[in-house]
Amino acid sequence: MFDTALTVNDLLLLARGAGMTLLVTAISVFFGTILGIVFGVFRYQVGPWWAAPLTFILDIFRSIPLLIQLVLANAFITTVLGFRISGFSVACGVLSLYTAAYCAEIVRGGIEAVPQTLRRAARSLGMTWGQDMTSVVLPLATRVALPSWIGLALGVMKDSALVYIVQVVELLKSTQILITRLQEPLFLLMICGLFYFLISFPIARFGGYLEKRWSND
Amino acid sequence: MIEIENVYKSFGPLKVLKGVNLTVAKGEVLTVIGGSGSGKSTLLTCINGLESIDSGRILVDGVEVHAKATDLNKLRQKIGIVFQQWNAFPHLTVLENVMLAQVKVLKRSKAEAEAEAVKQLNHVGLADKLAVYPSRLSGGQQQRMAIARALAMSPGYMLFDEVTSALDPQLVGEVLDTLRMLASEGMTMICVTHEMKFAREVSDRVAFFHQGVLAEIAPPEQLFAAPKDPELQKFLSATH
Repeated sequence: MFDTALTVNDLLLLARGAGMTLLVTAISVFFGTILGIVFGVFRYQVGPWWAAPLTFILDIFRSIPLLIQLVLANAFITTVLGFRISGFSVACGVLSLYTAAYCAEIVRGGIEAVPQTLRRAARSLGMTWGQDMTSVVLPLATRVALPSWIGLALGVMKDSALVYIVQVVELLKSTQILITRLQEPLFLLMICGLFYFLISFPIARFGGYLEKRWSND
Repeated sequence: MIEIENVYKSFGPLKVLKGVNLTVAKGEVLTVIGGSGSGKSTLLTCINGLESIDSGRILVDGVEVHAKATDLNKLRQKIGIVFQQWNAFPHLTVLENVMLAQVKVLKRSKAEAEAEAVKQLNHVGLADKLAVYPSRLSGGQQQRMAIARALAMSPGYMLFDEVTSALDPQLVGEVLDTLRMLASEGMTMICVTHEMKFAREVSDRVAFFHQGVLAEIAPPEQLFAAPKDPELQKFLSATH
């Protein structure tokens, strides 16, 4: 018969870890998306030449492994600058910029997918740049960008497992703690996977729902 | 009144308009014909300031379009333009398409904008399509919607840039009928078109452009019956 030393308290530990994963992800995706929209619109608007410095910085965030970014950022902020700041804040900050770097490209691609002729039509009706952006371009770009953005959000959720390196106990770290204690790695990883699935699935389905709702036009 | 004075315009090395002079009076229907690359479409986009000009000036009701001090967004409310591609906003219903700029630009209330939109859509024969998304409309219907969208801004002038060129032949008629109706109502219109029959029927004057120059302008009966410009003679014999 199947036998395990896992207790209800251990499950609660995992649940708290899942909550932390969700929290870090939610904060990072929220701020990362806002920053990403700003960066993306800026990149599109000023053209590749003027946006080059920003593009370069975003490329750094996209190409260096997240684990290294977290360690370096943590060391830089706490040791070099001497700020007393929690690992949680470092994690959210780095992950937000990491999200923003990807999101900026998604936003730029979405805006580029809106035909110039449509924007011309909007402007010829007397709409300002801002009105064109908010009423025509961004709604249409959102439809184009949504699948990639959902993918990004789910990716960030899984990448957030790396924030254990700055002492944030999230889902995977909680699982590791239990594995060390209970020595039941496969069973615990299965449960951990199930937790990840439970928090990811609604996001994926929500994206599917939005896509379906918008497909009437 | 639209006054175009000695306007030059080039795209890089390509000179598109080479000193165009033209005046369109209130209530006049002017059609502009000419081969592709003759500058006729560019002229329209210059009139509402979508394109800059190199020199010369364009006045709409006495306001210089390309002057620095001119509020283009405001001026454009006076000048409706409909393009070859109908450019329906795909995420909005037909009704919302026609309401959007009224609410955003003219600051009309939702109710006012809706009433005006319904009126204009009725006018172009789309009263039964209010709640439909543009993707469900034919090209001709989308083009008529674009016309209603421009008309809803209560413009003093309407510019039509080859509005039937991208349509299937059997859909051209319904759009031209809409233009005829507007012309008969006294709307001031400049229509760039390849439809010679239409130009002959509705125009007060027809302008022929050739290589960025206004080569000939005359009432249609005169221009089509006795073209003076040799290029126009060639053009007309090729299109008939």
